[in-house]
Amino acid sequence: MTRFFAWFALIFGCLYFLLPLVGMTEFSLKMRRGEYSFDAYRRVFEDQRFWDTFGYSLALSAATIVVGVLLVVPTAYWVRLKLPQARPFVEFVTLLPLVIPAIVLVFGYIRLYNTSSVLPLTGSAFGTDFLLTMGYTTLALPYMYRSVDTGLRTIDVATLTEAAQSLGAGWITILARIILPNVMVAVLSGAFLTLAIVLGEFTMAALLNRPAFGPFMQLLGANRAYEPPALAVIAFAITWGCMGLMQLVTRLSKHERAKA
Amino acid sequence: MAKDTVRRARRRLPLEWLGILPFAIFAVLFLILPTMRIVIGAFQTADGSFTFQNMLDLNTPSIVNAYWTSIKLSLITAGLGCAIGFAMAAAVVFGGLPKGVRSPLLTFSGVASNFAGVPLAFAFIATLGPAGLITIWLRTEFGINLRGMGFNLLSFWGLVITYLFFQIPLMILIIIPALDGLKREWREAAAVLGATGAQYWRMVALPILFPSLLGTFALLFANAFGAVATAFALTGPQLNIVPIKLFAQIRGDVLGNPNLGFALAFGMIVITVIANTIYIVLRVRSERWLK
Repeated sequence: MTRFFAWFALIFGCLYFLLPLVGMTEFSLKMRRGEYSFDAYRRVFEDQRFWDTFGYSLALSAATIVVGVLLVVPTAYWVRLKLPQARPFVEFVTLLPLVIPAIVLVFGYIRLYNTSSVLPLTGSAFGTDFLLTMGYTTLALPYMYRSVDTGLRTIDVATLTEAAQSLGAGWITILARIILPNVMVAVLSGAFLTLAIVLGEFTMAALLNRPAFGPFMQLLGANRAYEPPALAVIAFAITWGCMGLMQLVTRLSKHERAKA
Repeated sequence: MAKDTVRRARRRLPLEWLGILPFAIFAVLFLILPTMRIVIGAFQTADGSFTFQNMLDLNTPSIVNAYWTSIKLSLITAGLGCAIGFAMAAAVVFGGLPKGVRSPLLTFSGVASNFAGVPLAFAFIATLGPAGLITIWLRTEFGINLRGMGFNLLSFWGLVITYLFFQIPLMILIIIPALDGLKREWREAAAVLGATGAQYWRMVALPILFPSLLGTFALLFANAFGAVATAFALTGPQLNIVPIKLFAQIRGDVLGNPNLGFALAFGMIVITVIANTIYIVLRVRSERWLK
C-alpha cells in the first residue's frame, strides 16, 4: 500500500517535471514545417545579440564570483577566528537577500544611486555595471556565505592560522595560500551556483537597462515563436551543467579526503 | 577556548571589528541603505516632508487586488509545493523505492529549483500554451479543447502550475535531509507502545518536522511573492500582481506618483518580513520543545 502511493507520487511528479522539458524540446525543433530540424537553434546562434548578451552576462558572473569570494571568505574566516560574537549580525545580513525581494532592492539602488545623488553610479555604463555586479553579489550572498561557512567548519581554522603565523605568514598569505585552498570546494560550488543565478537573471538587469542575457531572452520571447523554446533548452542545459560541475567538485574532494 | 577568544576580542574591540569592515560597508551600501531609502520614501511627499498619505493611497481597488492576487498566488504555490514536494520526498525516503531513484531526484531538484525565470515561462508556453505539446495532443487525440474548458496558461492558475516547477524541487531539497533525520528508533518505540502508522506520523514525526515544514513554507511563500521574471515572461505586464505592478512603476511611473511606488515596494517588504518572522519565532519555539 505504502509502496503503491510512493510509486504514484514519484510517477506523478516525474510526469509534471518531464512534460515541460519534452514540450520545450519538441517545440524548439518544429520550426520547419512537417519535419524536425535545428533551424531555431541556428537562428539563435546566428543572432549577434545572443553572443553579445551572453558574453556580457558571463563577464558579469565572473565579476560577481570574484567580488563574492573576496567579500565572503575573509569575513567568514574572521568571524570564525576572532569575532564569534559578530556571527548573529553577519548571518542576519547574509539572509536579508532572501527576505527583501530583488525587485525592491534594485528599486532602492535606482533611487539611491541615480544621476542626481551623491554617488551617481547609474550615470555611466561602467557605474551601472558595477552596481549590477553588487546587486548580483547580494543575490548570491546567502548561498556563497553558507557554502563557505560550512567549508570552514570542516577545517581547524585556529590551528592552521597559528601554524602559518609562526612560520611568518601575514594575513593575506594566510587567506590566499592556507584558507582559500582549504575551502576551494565550497568556494567552487558557491561559484557555480552564482553562475547559474546570474546568467539568466532578468529583473535587475532589465530595470538597470543593461544588455544582459535575461532581458534578451524576454525580448525574443515577446517577438518570436520557435527561438524562445530553443533558448529555454540552452538555458536548461547551462543550469544542468552548473549543477553537474557543483556535484563533481564535491564528489572529487570526497574522493581525495577518503584517500588521505 | 571560545571563552578565551571572546575575552581577548573584548580587550581590543575596535581592531578586531575592523576585520569585517569591508563586509559591513558592502551590507550598508547595497542592502541596508537601499532598503531604508524605500521605507523612508514610502512615508514622504514629493517634496520630502513626512506623510501617511502614500499608505492610504495604496487602498485603491487595483492595488488591493494586486496584493490579494499575489498573496493568494504565493500561499497556493507554497502550500501545493510543500504538499507535493513532501509526498515525493517521503516516497523516496520511506516508500521502499529502489535506491537508485534518490540521487537522480536530488540532482534534478537542484537543477529545477534553479531553472526559474524567463526560460521556465518559455518551457510552459511550449507545453501548455495555445500551440503547446499537451494542448495539441489533447485536442487531436481526445478532442479536448483546453481553451474551451476555460484553461488559459496566461492566467492565475497557469502561473500556479508554472511556479510549482521551482517550488516543489526546493521543498524536496530542504525536506529530504529532515526526513533522513527521523530516527528509526522513534518509529520502533512508537510501534512498541502500540501506535499505528498514522498515530506515529501525527504525534511523533510531524511535530518533529513541523519547524522544517513551516520554515520551507515561509521560504516558498517569499520565493513566489518576489518573483518577477517568470510572470513577466509568461503574461507580460497584463497580470495584476504586485511585483509586475512594481516593475511597471519603476520603468515608467504608471501610478503617476513616485512615492506611491515606494509605498508599493514597502508593502512587499512588510509581507516578506512578516512571513520570515513567523518562521523564525515558530522555529525557535519548536527547537526549544525539541530539547
